[in-house]
Amino acid sequence: MKARIFVTLKNGVLDPQGKAIGHALNGLGFEKVGEVRQGKVIDMELAENDEESARASLKQMCERLLANTVIEKYEIELKA
Amino acid sequence: MKSAVIVFPASNCDRDAAMAIEQLTGEKPHMAWHRDNALPDVDLIVLPGGFAYGDYLRCGAMAAQSPIMREVKKKAEDGTAVLGICNGFQVLTEAGLLPGALMRNANLKFVCRPVGLEVEETQSVFTRGYGKGEHVVFPVAHGDGNYFADDETLDRLEGEGRIAFRYVPGENPNGSAHNIAGVLNEKRNVLGLMPHPERVCDPLLGGTDGMALFKSLIEALS
Repeated sequence: MKARIFVTLKNGVLDPQGKAIGHALNGLGFEKVGEVRQGKVIDMELAENDEESARASLKQMCERLLANTVIEKYEIELKA
Repeated sequence: MKSAVIVFPASNCDRDAAMAIEQLTGEKPHMAWHRDNALPDVDLIVLPGGFAYGDYLRCGAMAAQSPIMREVKKKAEDGTAVLGICNGFQVLTEAGLLPGALMRNANLKFVCRPVGLEVEETQSVFTRGYGKGEHVVFPVAHGDGNYFADDETLDRLEGEGRIAFRYVPGENPNGSAHNIAGVLNEKRNVLGLMPHPERVCDPLLGGTDGMALFKSLIEALS
C-alpha cells in the first residue's frame, strides 16, 4: 500500500515562507496570486493491505514524528 | 556539580558548553553520544546548540527520538536540571519536555548577533543568580527561533512565571510570541532558550553575562 502524507501549518499559524513565495510569484507577474501557504509531502510504502489499520498506524506516525501538532496539521491519502 | 553534555550528530556547541562548565566547576562534563542509552548520576544535563541530524524533517525532531533522549526524559521527570540551548531548546520542545514550538524566523533570515535580554524570572535554579529584570546580552545564532504556542499556553506561561528570558522590546530577532527567548517547564527544572549563555562566559569571547546562569546552577546543585 502506498501512502501520501501532507503536512501543513495550521490555519492561523504565520507562514513567512508561504508569504515570500507569494511575493516572488507576484514579482514574476502572476498578479492574481493571493495568499500562499506551503508545506511538505511525504510518500511512503507500507507493508500493509488493510486500509483501516494502515490509517491507524499512519495517524500514530504523524502524531509522534511526521507532524508537530503544536503548529502543523496532516492529511493522509492511501493508494492500494 | 556533576554534569553531562549530550552530543548529537551535527551538534556544534557541545564543546563550548563543556568548556564553560569546566572553567567554572573545574570538572569536565560527561559527554554522552546520542546512541547511548544511559547517563551517569549527574545534577545537570545540557542539550547544546547545533543542527542535530541536519535539522531533517524539523529542527530537533529526529534528535528528540534518539535513544539518549529516553534517558534525558526520565531524568528530567525525576527532577534533574536540563538546559537546552538553541538547537537544544528545539529538541526539548520536540521531545515534549517544554511546551510550544520553534518556527522559522519571521524575517526568514538566519540571525547571528548579540541581543539584549531581560531576565524575567529569577525563581529557578538557572536564573537565581540574576536580578529580576536585569538586562544581559547573549549572542543568538539561529534560523528557527520564532517561539510559538497557542494563546492558552502563552497565558499559562505568563501566569506561572515560566518565561525566564525575554528579548528587550525592539530587539526580538525572530518574531517570537511575547518576545519570548527562554521558557521553563512546570517543575522549573527544565529551561530552553535560543540565545547562547555559554558563549559569554569568558572576557576573551567578548562578554561574561552568561556566567551567572552557570554559577546559579553550581550554587543550587552542588
